[in-house]
Amino acid sequence: MATAAITAEREHYLNKEYGIRSWLLTTDHKRIALLYLISITFFFFVGGFFALLIRLELLTPAGDLVQADTYNKLFSMHGQVMIFFFLIPSIPAVLGNFLVPLMIGAKDLAFPRINLLSWYLYIIAGVIYIHCIVTGGVDTGWTFYTPFSTAFSNTKVIEAGIAVFIAGFSSILTGLNFVVTIHRMRAPGMTWSRLPLFIWAHYATSIIQLLGTPVLAVTLLLVVFERAFNLGIFDPTRGGDPLLFQHLFWFYSHPAVYIMILPAMAVESEVVACFTRKRIFGYNFVAMSSIAIAVFGFLVWAHHMFVAGISLYAALIFSILSYLVAVPSAIKVFNWTATMYKGSISFTTPMLYAFGFIGLFTMGGLTGLFLACLGIDVHVHDTYFVIAHFHYIMVGGAVMGYLGGLHFWWPKISGRMYPEGWGRLAALLVFVGFNLTFFPQFILGYMGMPRRYWQYPPEFQVLNVLSTAGSTILAVGYVLPMVYFLWSMRYGKIAEDNPWGAAGLEWKTSSPPPTFNFDEAPEVTWEAYNYEEIPAPAEVPVER
Amino acid sequence: MSDSPIAVEQHGPELLHHFVDAEQQRDAASLGMWLFLATEIMFFGGMFCAYLIYRYAYYNEFAAGSRSLDLKWGTINTAVLICSSLTVALGVRAAQMGKRKLLVILLLLTIVFGFVFLGIKGKEWHDKYTEHHIPGHSFNADDLVRDYPQIHIDQQHEQIYFSLYFAMTGLHALHMIIGVGIFVFLTYYAWKGRYTPKYYTPIEIGGLYWHFVDIVWIYLFPLLYLIDRKPLG
Repeated sequence: MATAAITAEREHYLNKEYGIRSWLLTTDHKRIALLYLISITFFFFVGGFFALLIRLELLTPAGDLVQADTYNKLFSMHGQVMIFFFLIPSIPAVLGNFLVPLMIGAKDLAFPRINLLSWYLYIIAGVIYIHCIVTGGVDTGWTFYTPFSTAFSNTKVIEAGIAVFIAGFSSILTGLNFVVTIHRMRAPGMTWSRLPLFIWAHYATSIIQLLGTPVLAVTLLLVVFERAFNLGIFDPTRGGDPLLFQHLFWFYSHPAVYIMILPAMAVESEVVACFTRKRIFGYNFVAMSSIAIAVFGFLVWAHHMFVAGISLYAALIFSILSYLVAVPSAIKVFNWTATMYKGSISFTTPMLYAFGFIGLFTMGGLTGLFLACLGIDVHVHDTYFVIAHFHYIMVGGAVMGYLGGLHFWWPKISGRMYPEGWGRLAALLVFVGFNLTFFPQFILGYMGMPRRYWQYPPEFQVLNVLSTAGSTILAVGYVLPMVYFLWSMRYGKIAEDNPWGAAGLEWKTSSPPPTFNFDEAPEVTWEAYNYEEIPAPAEVPVER
Repeated sequence: MSDSPIAVEQHGPELLHHFVDAEQQRDAASLGMWLFLATEIMFFGGMFCAYLIYRYAYYNEFAAGSRSLDLKWGTINTAVLICSSLTVALGVRAAQMGKRKLLVILLLLTIVFGFVFLGIKGKEWHDKYTEHHIPGHSFNADDLVRDYPQIHIDQQHEQIYFSLYFAMTGLHALHMIIGVGIFVFLTYYAWKGRYTPKYYTPIEIGGLYWHFVDIVWIYLFPLLYLIDRKPLG
């Protein structure tokens, strides 16, 4: 009774104000993070719905559930929703938004109103895209390749293009806010070498968002102009070059993969350090590898175009550069593994996601090396091998990172603990379901099943059935956390300020944090990940 | 003392709650604007890249298209924008010195220059419309083929030049319109006396944006108008 009274009295960001206005007009980065959380969850299930329809269609070799045209729309909208409306904003706009100011000891992001504006831009883009879906959809593939998108498609390309353009604007503003905040808003004593690796990775992500997204924006705008005003910049009948479109498109859309994976790596570094109770092995290397990924990531785009007609010499150079980008990624994986060596590992839910991430990301990354190899790429280009590869990175990597991070910081975000047993079960289901869904696709692709077809020869059926079965397990694994997170907001155990015994400024304030994050302005006098100085909490099961 | 939470209450109304002091706030705003300009460079960069490739591939058509633009109006517009950059720079200085009336006059002058530029641009676009130089079904470059019999001009390729011309000047004009909007807003608050020698960041970063849009034009003008103006021999 007494504790209930105390907790009811303490004012924090969730109970400071009530009512719809206090949320829709908030400039508090923590509330905006929750607005993003709700909206991207919605789009995750929209995209997931399309994915399930795709998998259901592929259950049988014949095209019996949907027509070819509908199938084209399904995979196009699955890709666009998942990439532009879920994966790209997922970790930065939810966890990054919530944690960047907390981790560096700031009261808010540098531009709180621009932060809110970026959410509204996202919502405007989302509404336009939903309108596009319900009035007929779009069938260009997520890539908007010309001349199909400009001259031949009879679907809502203009609407989809404008929606993605506006969503890109929202992403740019988030990145801009992060870079300025990290440069200008750090608490006294929070030097660059004391920054959590979460911040380093988000800094690298933001650089990509800032420099890559505008190129996609102008490219999509030119596609829209070509459809709407008959300009001919990519029109081959007028001497325009569709390859130029592909170059400009992938100049953003390859680095976009790093927009998705770097924040997942950000989560990874925090979770691994906390649940092995050790400083991250090779802090400087992990920090710098984030920057290296951002830089190299801009130099590999044409590996998507090896068979599109680029010159052999260009292909050779892009092949070598694509191999190079594996180096900083491998540095991270090795360093996380080395961190675990002789650590006190506890198998909590976030750590299970972290293990899953390392394994799946490694597989996704290594198969990426197959694809960077010119000879193999000619064989497996546009097959399910490619689909499996990038799903291992984006779903096995980015979504695992997102879910792991959401569990890790849920006590901070909501002030409640999620049910650990259910959490571990969901993590296991996601891991098993994921592998069952996507591993068979490696084999299918290698055997020659092309992507983007609604029917296939009967000899591919067994593997496709396995894949569809896996996707239903995966779906259960994704719905479970949503259910128990909602449940825990009311019935979960009240969280302590630092339930994991984690390092980092965000754990030094109360759970949930007050509106201005810290009751007293923090001053940092310690190094990042000083786990030797922090006692492990009693209730986290420590297994040696 | 300045670090304590109580100090938050002592600052002026223009300092937002989450900054420690005015200097941090100014630094953040200015860094934010420079980063935004970096994104703008990438935005226009996509089109400049397309321009580079097509100009290399279809040089004759680009040169002919360039000749068909009116050098007189293009030059006047360049001069107009350079003058507007001067009024913006002087405006920032006026804000620093706290001369409210001068600031308002200079901001208004900038807006006028902006409208003059857009008016002339509109006239040039209209000229292209009457000459059937707008890409699409009614595009017709017979006049260019007639005027320059010395060089081979492919009418389809000529459309690429004009597509780029309209895309680049169009998006530049859109940036000008946004700039005029920003300056109307700045003028209103300058009139109300919000900007003082201690707080003039919006004028400064609004000015940065305006200068950037001017610089884009400084590149567009020679690239679009001055490709090859030598008399054809």
